[in-house]
Amino acid sequence: MSIELDMLDTAQKLGEECVIKLRAERVNLYYGSFQALRNITLDIPSCAITAIIGPSGCGKSSLLRVFNRMNDLIPGARVEGNVELDGLPIYNTKIDVFALRKRVGMVFQKPNPFPMSVFENVAFGPRRHGVKSRAELEEIVEKSLRQAALWEEVKDKLGQSALALSGGQQQRLCIARVLAVEPEVILMDEPCSALDPLATLKIEDLMRSLSKEYTIVIVTHNMQQAARVSDMVAFIMMEPDRAGVLVEYGPTAQIFTNPKDKRTEDYITGRFG
Amino acid sequence: MTTAGFDSRRISQRIAFTFLGLATAIAVLPVLFIIVYTIIRGGGAITWEFLTQFPSQAGRAGGILPAIVGTFYLMLGTLLFAQPIGALAGIYLTEYAPDNWLTRLINLAIANLAGVPSIVFGLFGLSVFVLAFDFGLSLLAASLTLAAQALAMVITTSREAILAVPREYREGSLAIGVTKWQTVRHVVLPQALPGIITGAVLAISRAAGETAPILVTGAAFLLPRLPQSPFDQFMALPYHLYTVAAHVPNMPKETVWGVAFVLLVVVLSFDVLAAAIRIKTRKRH
Repeated sequence: MSIELDMLDTAQKLGEECVIKLRAERVNLYYGSFQALRNITLDIPSCAITAIIGPSGCGKSSLLRVFNRMNDLIPGARVEGNVELDGLPIYNTKIDVFALRKRVGMVFQKPNPFPMSVFENVAFGPRRHGVKSRAELEEIVEKSLRQAALWEEVKDKLGQSALALSGGQQQRLCIARVLAVEPEVILMDEPCSALDPLATLKIEDLMRSLSKEYTIVIVTHNMQQAARVSDMVAFIMMEPDRAGVLVEYGPTAQIFTNPKDKRTEDYITGRFG
Repeated sequence: MTTAGFDSRRISQRIAFTFLGLATAIAVLPVLFIIVYTIIRGGGAITWEFLTQFPSQAGRAGGILPAIVGTFYLMLGTLLFAQPIGALAGIYLTEYAPDNWLTRLINLAIANLAGVPSIVFGLFGLSVFVLAFDFGLSLLAASLTLAAQALAMVITTSREAILAVPREYREGSLAIGVTKWQTVRHVVLPQALPGIITGAVLAISRAAGETAPILVTGAAFLLPRLPQSPFDQFMALPYHLYTVAAHVPNMPKETVWGVAFVLLVVVLSFDVLAAAIRIKTRKRH
């Protein structure tokens, strides 16, 4: 109960237009007979950055992948409970999972640009979604690259292979690739874990500027990062049977300065993890 | 650690290296020997006339043009029939087939298909393509038979090439709402293509060297003309080599080795082509 109240408090601070974008209710996730997540309930506000933190293997990434149904790709994966996007249950059998993923894009741990040119990487999504006009594609590519703070660095090498870019540039390119299909939510699975500190700072700045327009959910093992960029923090931990549970969820400042749960306090003060 | 112990380990290391090197040499030498010996024995027979004329005196004189042309037709036919079906089946098996007993059975069947003796494929082609489908002894029946045999290899290499495409690429595409088929078509296949082509080239180079499957499905000993349609019989290099080596008395040995030389060049040049494609695409990444 207190979780929801805190969330609404923060939502009010964030602005009037803030609504509950994603909702998970009593979510259980199984990989075959192994339970990876147990009874997860949380509401993720729009126009904010929500960080999911917790020790390695606790199910942070699995939870993230619940929201765009990427777990569907894993044989034997099964989700129980209710997950909603704007009040729409996304595990309903009638849901078009591809339309869902267009609205809920994802950026991965390791930058994964396609082995194509910079331009084609960004144009890939719009092309597949039916944009044919070259002028329109050029417009989308420039806009997305600008949004991803990459345009100035690559505008003269749009035709070059994306694999020639630096790691940080590649990751911003992957963000631009997601932005190009005009999503509403961007899920980021440890987007900086393969990057150096400078590239990490750039991505964090980028996330802050994107959070005005997009709902961002980030998984991170880096608590400083969660403290720096997020508005809300969800702390996940493993129970003895290795299933992940939500220990505490609330505004970032509160979680880091005044955690309610002893386990949260132990984790953020570095007593385990 | 004593010096003596160290020495004995050094000696055993040297012995091991010697044996490993020796085994490698024993494995490689026969191949080199065959190539060099064929060049020495048959190289002299290679003239412009030998490559461009029809055989005369049961192959003792003249050239081997119809056998060269026939073999190229067979390779083309094998490619045409085996490659599309094999590649499509490879895509289905890797990207779409559910992981269940039926898929495993199919995979097992494909693995075993590669081990079926080629003469059995010949008999299969004879009863199915030649007789049941009534294609007669023909280029078409022989090509289909070779294609049936090549299928296992084409499927296996296609599957390996598709599996080698990193999962990250698929995820990057699926994560922005691109459909499964679009992902396969625009991300996976362009990446897997060099590997699929390599498999195709190896499969047809192997088909070019096969004797047994064509022996009973349409290869002719001597034909005074080139095949005019897929329903004609044809000459082919491996079968021609077999007949002139085994069934023609007073055959000039140099001519026999000349046929072997040409066959070897055809098969090896396709193998080299496959290796070249592989090396070129590896460099690109």
